[in-house]
Amino acid sequence: MRRFDEMYAHLPEGTDTGVVREHYEAYAGWLAAQDPQSLGARREEAEVIFRNVGITFAVYGDKDENGAGTERLIPFDLIPRIIPAHEWKSMEAGLVQRVTALNRFIHDIYHDQEILQAGVIPREQIERNAQFRPEMLGVEVPHQIYSHISGIDIVRAPDENGQGEYYVLEDNLRVPSGVSYMLEDRKMMMRLFPELFSQHRVAPVAHYPDLLLETLRASSPATTAEPTVVVLTPGMYNSAYFEHAFLAQQMGVELVEGQDLFVKDQFVYMRTTRGPKRVDVIYRRVDDDFLDPEVFRPTSTLGCAGLMEAYKAGHVAICNAVGTGVADDKSIYPYVPDMIGFYLGEKPILKNVPTYQCRKPEDLQYTLAHLKDLVVKEVHGAGGYGMLVGPAANQAEIEQFRAALLAHPDGYIAQPTLSLSSCPTFVDSGIAPRHIDLRPFVLSGRTVQMVPGGLTRVALKEGSLVVNSSQGGGTKDTWILQN
Amino acid sequence: MLSRTADHLFWMSRYMERAENTARMLNVSYETSLLPQSAAAVQAGWEGILSISELLPSYQVLHGEVKPKGVMEFMVRDADNPSSIIACLQAARENARAVRGTLTTEVWETQNQTWLEVNRMLRSGAFERDPGQFFEWVKFRSHLSRGVTVGTMLMDEALHFMRLGTFLERADNTARLVDVKFHAMSNDYFGMPLNGQEGDAEYDFYHWSAILRSVSGFEVYRKVYRDVIRPERVAELLILRPDMPRSLHASLNEVVANLQLVSAHPGSDTLRQAGKLRAELAYGRIDEILATGLHAYLTQFLDRINALGGAISREFLLPQTA
Repeated sequence: MRRFDEMYAHLPEGTDTGVVREHYEAYAGWLAAQDPQSLGARREEAEVIFRNVGITFAVYGDKDENGAGTERLIPFDLIPRIIPAHEWKSMEAGLVQRVTALNRFIHDIYHDQEILQAGVIPREQIERNAQFRPEMLGVEVPHQIYSHISGIDIVRAPDENGQGEYYVLEDNLRVPSGVSYMLEDRKMMMRLFPELFSQHRVAPVAHYPDLLLETLRASSPATTAEPTVVVLTPGMYNSAYFEHAFLAQQMGVELVEGQDLFVKDQFVYMRTTRGPKRVDVIYRRVDDDFLDPEVFRPTSTLGCAGLMEAYKAGHVAICNAVGTGVADDKSIYPYVPDMIGFYLGEKPILKNVPTYQCRKPEDLQYTLAHLKDLVVKEVHGAGGYGMLVGPAANQAEIEQFRAALLAHPDGYIAQPTLSLSSCPTFVDSGIAPRHIDLRPFVLSGRTVQMVPGGLTRVALKEGSLVVNSSQGGGTKDTWILQN
Repeated sequence: MLSRTADHLFWMSRYMERAENTARMLNVSYETSLLPQSAAAVQAGWEGILSISELLPSYQVLHGEVKPKGVMEFMVRDADNPSSIIACLQAARENARAVRGTLTTEVWETQNQTWLEVNRMLRSGAFERDPGQFFEWVKFRSHLSRGVTVGTMLMDEALHFMRLGTFLERADNTARLVDVKFHAMSNDYFGMPLNGQEGDAEYDFYHWSAILRSVSGFEVYRKVYRDVIRPERVAELLILRPDMPRSLHASLNEVVANLQLVSAHPGSDTLRQAGKLRAELAYGRIDEILATGLHAYLTQFLDRINALGGAISREFLLPQTA
């Protein structure tokens, strides 16, 4: 299988020192001058800081060594992933285009459904989708923006000439997480290796909370000049709680739980020490299902009764909007290039990974015949669960998926196993290549904007293609070099 | 500020203060137990520790007979005992984590490090090797926690609720300490002479000085009274002196000041209750208190502190608005 490494045009092997790509030259020179022991010490230092600062995530059903909680560190890798300016420029344009089309699509689905009328996407693909929210039909949202914060997962794989090609692997339009790690990883790198930042022109990312606040304020439905923005968290036992608290603090807004909110006369208020205070914008980090027990899951205590009524009345903004899941489902993913053509009349700048839709008989047949070469994913799966990586699977796992596919072909898609690009990573055995991906965070308010780069996740196990933090993945700082 | 946020801040400080006071009391008992004294006196000392927190019955269910090692274990590392040091530090840290965005980075990191470190110390056996040093460490983490709070937090509601928690808890803890320690000396101390026998005077000195040291009040006593240690003056110092930082009066001064800062309405009943309690301390005299009976006085004081905590909760922390 062809391979593509971000740092090396030819990987070092034995006595061969390899060939370093141009944009990594300065870094490689610096790295060669470091002794492994001092790097090891830096890594330990980083770990102590992360633990003291409490940059942790919770894993369901686990206990930490104190037996007291479920908090774990996400492993942080010292070696940055570097992207040259020209590559980022085209990726950024591709992201703006893609997210713009996705927002147009969601608005269309909940209004005139032109794309269905035109037969570009089969109607049953939408109407039978569990993420489609009929409650949202005809509801007007400010600026027709639904996905205010989009996390677009991008991977790179070699084309037939061995050149790296970027592909969008997945769109995350519900409550994408990870941006706090992007920010903390940069802070950590600047703390550990300040000299590197004087040698490289690395585009800064620290203004993300500012852009986020601007985006959220722009989404306010009220005519008030000073909209009250809050972050809604499921609470401190949620896996991304650190991020919720971090973003609220960085933006200087309240971090609320469902119990802090109530609705009166179709307006949302929070309970404060000085009485009720109106809330205009809710950056929710709670899934649709839990938002309002009167409309969705009736047992939910994470949301606020009456919220949907206030929302439909245009008295509060919910970011991301309710019902965005209809556009980031894996069964809709294959149609995103068509959406770009349909709504924008443009050619997609970013590629999709070729996808077999198992609901189509011919695609199902192909998939069943090539299970050991393909990656099969549950349409509604997330977090690296419910997935078969054919080349890495044993016979029993393959047969299990074969049975599942035959039983519910609609529930699956299949893609060729991409040889994800690798990046040198500091692991126990020294510096070795490990597979990575990239999640830029795209903000849609008055305009579509983002900070340069995103969160690079790395599969720390040798050969592994699964980068999810819940499955033992780590993170790296991501550098966009400025010219 | 969110009511729930204020609630977490209030309890975070209360638990930190409680951890400190537990450490102070254990330290004094530990040091006292090193002095030559009768077995009955030692026993009474350890039972006193448990009665202060009203934990004697639950201790006896778990461990039976009151023994120094058992009491230390129970009050330091038993996570199911809500007054143990580990339980208090955990509760303080969990409350802090729930509102970490409201705290400055330094305040949060102090809480978090205290929690991480106490676990390390208990795991590594550092506590058993040198209990005295461990108690000192807890005290200093509490000092650090208060210092970093006052030194870095914006002087707004968040800070006021934290201070409110600290001083309400301190008033409660000091009152319990005085009550139990005076009780231990005699069932009806001020009705009958304590000594009368040779040799008791020496023991008395250590007993009263231990109480003073548990509230860092030994040097303060000397400085204020320039006198040998007399029980009624110890009581006066710990109850009525406004300049003794751990006295009931000083604690109530802080409670009232911080309540005034967070009260939106001047007619607040919570503020009235606190002000009345403070006024009684400000204009009270120790001979009057002793005449009515110290135990009765302190029992009533603790009830009123408890009621005040409830009123703060209802007015600010868990309002039932809809």
